[in-house]
Amino acid sequence: MTHKASTHITQNEALVFERSQTGRRGYRLPALDVDETPLDELLPAELRREDDLEGVPELSEVDVVRHFTRISTWNYNIDLGMYPLGSCTMKYNSRLNEKVARIPGFAALHPLAPEEDSQGALEVMYELQQHLAEITGLPGVSLQPAAGAHGELTGVMMMRAFLDARDGAGEEGRRHLMLIPDSAHGTNPASAHLSGFTVRAVRTTAEGLTDLEHLRELCAAGDVAGLMLTNPNTCGIFERDIREICRVVHDAGGLVYMDGANMNALVGVARPGDMGVDVIHLNLHKTFSTPHGGGGPGSGPCCCTEELEPFLPVPRVVRDGESFALDYDRPQTIGRVKAFYGNFGMHLRALAYILTHGNDGLREATEAAVLNARYIAHGLADTFEKPFTPPPMHEVLFTDKRQSRKGAHTLDMAKRLIDYGFHPMTIYFPLIVQGAMLIEPTESVGRAELQQFVEAMKEIAREAVEDPETVLAAPHTTRIGRLDEAAAARKPILRWRPAEKTATA
Amino acid sequence: MRYIPNSPEERQEMLEEVGLSSAEELFASIPSDLLLREPLKTPAALSEIELLERFEALASRNSAARRPSFLGAGAYLHYAPTVIDSLIQRSEFFTAYTPYQPEISQGTLQAIFEFQTLVCQLTGMDVANASMYDGSTAMAEAVLMAERVTRRRRVLVSSAVHPEYLHVAQTYVAHAGIELESVRFDEATGRTTLDGAGLDQTVAAVVVQSPNFYGCVEDVRAFADAVHAAGAMLVVVVTESASFGLLRSPGACGADIVVAEGQSLGVPLSYGGPYVGLFATRDKYARQMPGRLVGVAYDKQGRRGFVLTLATREQHIKREKATSNICTNEGLIALAATIYMTTMGRRGLQEVAEQCARKAAYARRQIAAVEGFSVPYSAPVFNEFVVRAPVEAAGLLRRLAEEHNLTGGLALSRFTPDRPNDFLVCVTEVNKRSEIEALVAGLREATA
Repeated sequence: MTHKASTHITQNEALVFERSQTGRRGYRLPALDVDETPLDELLPAELRREDDLEGVPELSEVDVVRHFTRISTWNYNIDLGMYPLGSCTMKYNSRLNEKVARIPGFAALHPLAPEEDSQGALEVMYELQQHLAEITGLPGVSLQPAAGAHGELTGVMMMRAFLDARDGAGEEGRRHLMLIPDSAHGTNPASAHLSGFTVRAVRTTAEGLTDLEHLRELCAAGDVAGLMLTNPNTCGIFERDIREICRVVHDAGGLVYMDGANMNALVGVARPGDMGVDVIHLNLHKTFSTPHGGGGPGSGPCCCTEELEPFLPVPRVVRDGESFALDYDRPQTIGRVKAFYGNFGMHLRALAYILTHGNDGLREATEAAVLNARYIAHGLADTFEKPFTPPPMHEVLFTDKRQSRKGAHTLDMAKRLIDYGFHPMTIYFPLIVQGAMLIEPTESVGRAELQQFVEAMKEIAREAVEDPETVLAAPHTTRIGRLDEAAAARKPILRWRPAEKTATA
Repeated sequence: MRYIPNSPEERQEMLEEVGLSSAEELFASIPSDLLLREPLKTPAALSEIELLERFEALASRNSAARRPSFLGAGAYLHYAPTVIDSLIQRSEFFTAYTPYQPEISQGTLQAIFEFQTLVCQLTGMDVANASMYDGSTAMAEAVLMAERVTRRRRVLVSSAVHPEYLHVAQTYVAHAGIELESVRFDEATGRTTLDGAGLDQTVAAVVVQSPNFYGCVEDVRAFADAVHAAGAMLVVVVTESASFGLLRSPGACGADIVVAEGQSLGVPLSYGGPYVGLFATRDKYARQMPGRLVGVAYDKQGRRGFVLTLATREQHIKREKATSNICTNEGLIALAATIYMTTMGRRGLQEVAEQCARKAAYARRQIAAVEGFSVPYSAPVFNEFVVRAPVEAAGLLRRLAEEHNLTGGLALSRFTPDRPNDFLVCVTEVNKRSEIEALVAGLREATA
């Protein structure tokens, strides 16, 4: 029953290298308006390329537009429909924010332009910092990190620096352990490791919450530098003992880092700073709607308490009376984590998001996002196994336990969802839940589409048991079927090469 | 709120359907003393008209964005064909997530595969990843990778790499047990010299930038033999990717890892980001690379497709043992660079590079001829060079901005206070001859 589009030319677009024809041009530059100095006089031959850029394609502008337009149609996207990837917050990306980021006064501004001639950009950053501080309840903000994992790295390095300043940087008395729930994002342990910490897992309870008793035991054993916690956690549940969790870690002399990936459940409703969190990163490309772009750019600002503020990266964007400035004079800073000041284009979009929503709209979005998740949880409660009982916040976790007995597992049901016109949910995460399906609708989905999603999921659940072959062979409606990823990893082909060279490679 | 499809009435009905009476009850699992009782103290909502007015007013205060500029130093103004921004604004590209589901992400995956190939072609390397945050973090990751490969702890870094790149590397290695040692550059040539640098069997890598921060093209090939003789890796950093169109590729010069800032490839200046880091290496080190990789895969019918591959290096599988913590990278900017390289093509990349070099040479000759000005370094340059003024450079450049409406370059005192009279001038294909002449005239008048 597989009918893939095999003859349609838009479904068989070649690589740009395969499309190249010698002599085609896609550009025209103004004629050179200075002397055409011979290249030999500019640079000796041994410093110049000798391969004539062989292999780089030659295409007309029309070729380029058709090529990228055709391959673009092979992508699912938010504008097409619901994109319920749990923990990814795939909400609507406003066109207005794109327009803001392209205003020439921002887009054409060089990062090393004099501060007095870049006041508008500095004010944008300062204002965004102020709003993020208010939203998180954490007054120190740096916009420098370029993505969530980069913000984590920044936050954890700040914890290291704070502890070293407090306890001394020598081995004696230095704390080594970073506690991380076993349900955490993989970036958490990776960031902790890069900052020189040893990772210890904290167990999750049968209710899907951080095991407070285990946390107490780990803290009592000593050497604890801190805890990295996602809240709501990656099971979509609010850590109701968050105050006590923070108190236990603080009493043990550690700090609490919060992974802000799930802030879309909290904006305008509750603030990490009020919970006892010391430092958090935000994902502007999740909560504040800057586009994911097929894998970035992101932006991962770091927000922290006054105690941790001296350790934020430099330069800081500060206000000096009526003007704004870059401040490098922070002796306790961890240093720079990126050239220049962060992904400024994303700062513009996030500020536009905050100003377009207004304070009431920010809360409204949170309510709508949590309601949508609750609506799905309600709609699928009788169909799929829910591993944990507490009510979900902005995302809901199910498993394939009831469906998998005929051989159709989470992966297969996710692939089948594609045939119903939805992007699959996050699968097999969190790792502690077998056959996990983590569904985050966000606020950007209307009731009718939520209902369609619920019905599609129910239908797939029925198919998984009654007609597992259909589910196992899914998707059926895409231009290619499931790809052999194991073979791809065994003998990786990571670039195009001309045909004759491929044969000998 | 117009971005929320469900009306308040619909939401009330939905609440009732799930057994709740009010939106507050959605948050019943949050302890009540943690719930905000007051609205956030962020501003009230703005309409589209008001919002655009607000941002236009802010943008108008960025006067530097509106005048001819000779700033480079890691961010470059180049011509970017209109099709780039038009194509990357297709919903299918900019509103898609990381391509975890290959069957419905082939557009993104094929574009990344093309990006990886183009990066290999430009750098002269075997394998490139799907992108890093920017050039500076790519350099820091290269240092970490060199330690993983060699199990050695000393890394020699040229003092002519971009100062901010060095600062980023210092932050990244602070807890990795790696010692960064500075390698001096020759005051006559402006080139890095390994003399007295302590290159021996304990060195993991030597890091050089070419063209270096002062614009000088390094003799990369001359480093390669010495570095390899010590069993170390040669890391080459490129901040101006337009140079790939003219300069011998780092791969052809013996580099083991090449990292670059790809902003020059059709990406707006945007006050420093988002940009895109290029990261390329030799085949034998592919499994030690940070970041995502896209590879060829086939379906059951033998149709070619692309998937994320070699993921066992990455954080979501390996957690604390991953090669890097990077997750989200710069996908859409990598796409912009891919469209740029494809549109300009083989000949366009060369023509841009040659125009840059010729215009810079013209400007360099003209400025050097102004009374009191000199160009202190003798090494060949690409499109950037240091000028030594007879007066303090920061003040001179301020006068140029105010009296001639020109950003004349970067006063090096920002990074090296002991060089008060030096400034860095960058000339690209977008700088017209008339602008260069205005710069020269401005320098002459301001010091007359």
